[in-house]
Amino acid sequence: MTCDEAQILLHALLDNELDAGHAREVEAHIASCPACAAELAAQREMKRVLADTKLSYSAPAGLRARIEASMPQARPQPSRRSVLRGFAMGSAVSALAASGVVAVVLRQDDQQRILSEVVSAHLRSLQAGHLIDVVSTDQHTVKPWFNGKLDVAPPVIDLTAQGFTLVGGRLDYVDARAIGAVVYKRRQHIINLFVSQTASTEHRPPKTQTMQGFNCRRWGERGLNFWAVSDIGGDELTEFVDKFEAAMKVNVEG
Amino acid sequence: MPVSDDFQKAQRFREAALPYLDDVYTLARYLLRDASDAEDAVQECYLRALKHFDSYRGPAMKPWLFAILRNVCNAEYARRAHSHAAIEDTPGAADQTPMWQENEASPETEVLRSRDAGAIRKMIDALAEPFKETFVLREINNLSYREIAEAVGAPVGTVMSRLARARAMLRAAWTAEEEHSK
Repeated sequence: MTCDEAQILLHALLDNELDAGHAREVEAHIASCPACAAELAAQREMKRVLADTKLSYSAPAGLRARIEASMPQARPQPSRRSVLRGFAMGSAVSALAASGVVAVVLRQDDQQRILSEVVSAHLRSLQAGHLIDVVSTDQHTVKPWFNGKLDVAPPVIDLTAQGFTLVGGRLDYVDARAIGAVVYKRRQHIINLFVSQTASTEHRPPKTQTMQGFNCRRWGERGLNFWAVSDIGGDELTEFVDKFEAAMKVNVEG
Repeated sequence: MPVSDDFQKAQRFREAALPYLDDVYTLARYLLRDASDAEDAVQECYLRALKHFDSYRGPAMKPWLFAILRNVCNAEYARRAHSHAAIEDTPGAADQTPMWQENEASPETEVLRSRDAGAIRKMIDALAEPFKETFVLREINNLSYREIAEAVGAPVGTVMSRLARARAMLRAAWTAEEEHSK
């Protein structure tokens, strides 16, 4: 083997890309050639330093969100046809969904549209067996899971002691954007807490609306929009939001 | 709820391709040397990939995405035509740097001083194409030689010689900078 050949093959040796036969040939050459041996050692050293350095980049969260938004979204715009199909499915859930149609069709202003999307996302999470992407009752597991997936860091607060068990988190899509959903359980009822970014940082007090048989309580705080959606009663949902807000206040100030 | 084929396809694509977003973005940053151009290129890459996802037959998603990104970047190079050459063999650039230099002083290993990531990224950025691309695919994106060959559409032998040259150039730049900073 010539030095010219060895100078190329020693890299393949370093990268574990050589078969046993060729590896032996390169090693034999290197054993008898101080120059090539020095080059191998130097390259090994450089490879080691490079491996210890973070040279990769992380994609900005905004880029991820833009790519997500450019793909066909989970929920087509509600139409009368989809409503009828909902009826045809005949499940209790679809019947509930169908009963909310009038509101969907008649009041397509922005707030209402987003509310209907939030409720749809809640329904989807119950139907499709895609309730949770990260299963954990530990807020310190759920919170970091969202890192890099969203352009917001949803507050994840364990409310088990207050009667609402944290069960996990999920990525969802509302208004053609990726949005965080933190999932809680109250007895056998699921509460989806959706969190998205908003330009306004002012506090907007919680307000409950009902759609398709679900209660949805929404509020705004510290540049975030929150929607808590569940089939639990309005007073229980209010209790949930109160406890969440109180705990969030403690977290921020504490 | 009508779930369209488009959505199901997008969902499959999302699961298959989005986990490599950081890898694709990393390659774009090194190839284009500009954060916002890299973002645009990556977004375009994912758009094209979704469009051609039907014809994707494997084997590996990563080299496939990289191959698409390369095409996007080549279009960007063409746009910048005056400042950059496309990712093609440029014999001139290659010949300027000798494959390797005999270390006359001593056969001992020269220990490279650890540098911060920013300084090393700059040195990699300064490598000529197509050597930089091969180097990044191997050393940062962790592709095998065969996968690199697939992504760049060149024989494995070419990949090996480009990689050897890239590493020789990088090491030369590194030691030169250390000399300079002494």
